[in-house]
Amino acid sequence: MFDYATCRDAFSWANERGELGSLVNMAAACVDRHARGPGADRVALRYLRRDGSTASIDYAALAAATNRFANVLASLGVKRGETVFSLLGRVHELYVAALGTLKAGAVFCPLFSAFGPEPIEARLNLGAAKVVVTTASFYAKKIAPIRKNVPSLAHVLIIDGALGGTTDLRPLMNGASETFEPAPTRADDWALLHFTSGTTGKPKGAMHAHGALVQHYVTAKYALDLRPGDTFWCTADPGWVTGMSYGILAPLAIGVTSVVDEADFDAERWYRILEEERVSVWYTAPTAVRMLMKAGPELIGDRRFPALRFIASVGEPLNPEAVAWSNEILRRPIHDNWWQTETGGIMIANYAAMSIKPGSMGKPMPGIDAAIVERLPGGGVKVIDEPDVEGELALKQPWPSMFRGYLGEQRRYEACFSGDWYLSGDLCRRDEEGYYWFVGRADDIIKSAGHLIGPFEVESALMEHPAVAEAGVIGKPDPVAMEAVKAFVSLKRGYEPSETLRRELLGFSRQRLGAAIAPKEIAFIAELPRTRSGKIMRRLLKARELGLPEGDLSTLEGGR
Amino acid sequence: MNDLRRIIVEAIADVAPEIEGSALSDDAPLRDQVDLDSMDWLRVIVKVHERTGVNIPERDYRKLVTLSAFVTYLQGAQKTES
Repeated sequence: MFDYATCRDAFSWANERGELGSLVNMAAACVDRHARGPGADRVALRYLRRDGSTASIDYAALAAATNRFANVLASLGVKRGETVFSLLGRVHELYVAALGTLKAGAVFCPLFSAFGPEPIEARLNLGAAKVVVTTASFYAKKIAPIRKNVPSLAHVLIIDGALGGTTDLRPLMNGASETFEPAPTRADDWALLHFTSGTTGKPKGAMHAHGALVQHYVTAKYALDLRPGDTFWCTADPGWVTGMSYGILAPLAIGVTSVVDEADFDAERWYRILEEERVSVWYTAPTAVRMLMKAGPELIGDRRFPALRFIASVGEPLNPEAVAWSNEILRRPIHDNWWQTETGGIMIANYAAMSIKPGSMGKPMPGIDAAIVERLPGGGVKVIDEPDVEGELALKQPWPSMFRGYLGEQRRYEACFSGDWYLSGDLCRRDEEGYYWFVGRADDIIKSAGHLIGPFEVESALMEHPAVAEAGVIGKPDPVAMEAVKAFVSLKRGYEPSETLRRELLGFSRQRLGAAIAPKEIAFIAELPRTRSGKIMRRLLKARELGLPEGDLSTLEGGR
Repeated sequence: MNDLRRIIVEAIADVAPEIEGSALSDDAPLRDQVDLDSMDWLRVIVKVHERTGVNIPERDYRKLVTLSAFVTYLQGAQKTES
């Protein structure tokens, strides 16, 4: 992109689609398109293992491996539209399973491996999982205890052995053919399932279609400045939508080499990867940037990053200090952008060709119209044209990667739209130059380390403990992760608050939810504030936690 | 040695109380045995620092993979500082 306005004016979805070739099946367009051409022996994925060893797979070999997996699914009787889940770290088999499932025309749903058994059970059931691909250790710890509650689950494929009731994936892969004709999916055929959190009720399964790939392709070009020949590193885990759209699909759609680091965050390791792997485009998260800042510049030592051309981030607003830090330490700015599970791809971004306003999420992508709106009584919305007025960020529907539904919840899906507009639930403002600025969530959903956490899921797990009468969960501001989960718990008659009980509840919720979702802090409260209709006033809990004015309490039962 | 091991295990148990009563292996990676995300791990390290006085710079986190490695690291740091 040379000029934002020109690029936006000249933009055409049809032209972009044309660049991707005639293959509509996502995985075929990502892998086979390159495997059949001059890119066949280019490295597609470069794995950096936890133990320091590395492995690379080129496009031709990735095509063969994903064909094998698609054949394995066919041999197990998995049909188009049925769901294949993964519970894996960032290992080779995850990438093969994702792309092989898409080739087979089945639906892929990656689960974050830090989830505990309860979120896993809820998601497997909501998605009617037919197959799960996982490791022996994850299976024993997180799936075996809940498997009897997931009646749809026909096959558990273990990548590193086999336990009772499971199948060793390795001999199946070895015995499968390397050729497979990708399912002739259409643009609106269901491809991916990504769970996201609601304020109330169960997690919502956002459904994405094969046609979304053109959005991944376009946004990779314009928002990430990704070009043939680049080495790309997306630090997000494919268990979250960023790691799927940009950790797997987008770089393959462009045909570049993607670095995959299996290990958890480690500042020194990250600087080493940037230098030694000659990463040219880096997509990371504000939380990770703040952790690098905290770790101190001395960890960089003599390292230099001459190959690094473009840095982008997503997850929560990137604070201006982080942009300044990057300019000074990495000698390049970080381009923050904004999107959600529901949007499927980047919607608003800071571009290489546009000056950055630190703290802003940038301007809408070519092909995307955004607005600030106000919800009106009766379900309509009013577009706010004046600059610098706070309102809800809305996007004009449809666009190629827009979610096609919440699985089994048509009403919740419809509630996200008003007329032409998709309503994001994020409060923002737009300045007079057209840059958008994040203000906060319009609901009680918690943003922690770039992930959305639904308070209801955490409250439900706490309330399974015999001592807990009720629970209210909020996001407490955190300097690194933006928010940390904090739970307020009131006890049933006969139970007294104590340090022992607090620790018991903490361990109890961590075992059920996993470290990624469980509260970091639990406090006892005599009674939770509720509205007259009985809803927990999480907003009030948060105001009290922050020492803020409590606002209009007229709907509050009993007041304070 | 035993004191340092106890301090580390207690710090982990403060963050992840579900490990109480289970035996942690000295030589298997800690984060394979305990479900700790990055935020949890930082809190463990801060607690160990508060209780031992040992400064643990970020670049050394990688040396703290197992319980025995963590103990050895703290012993070394205490020797250098004393």
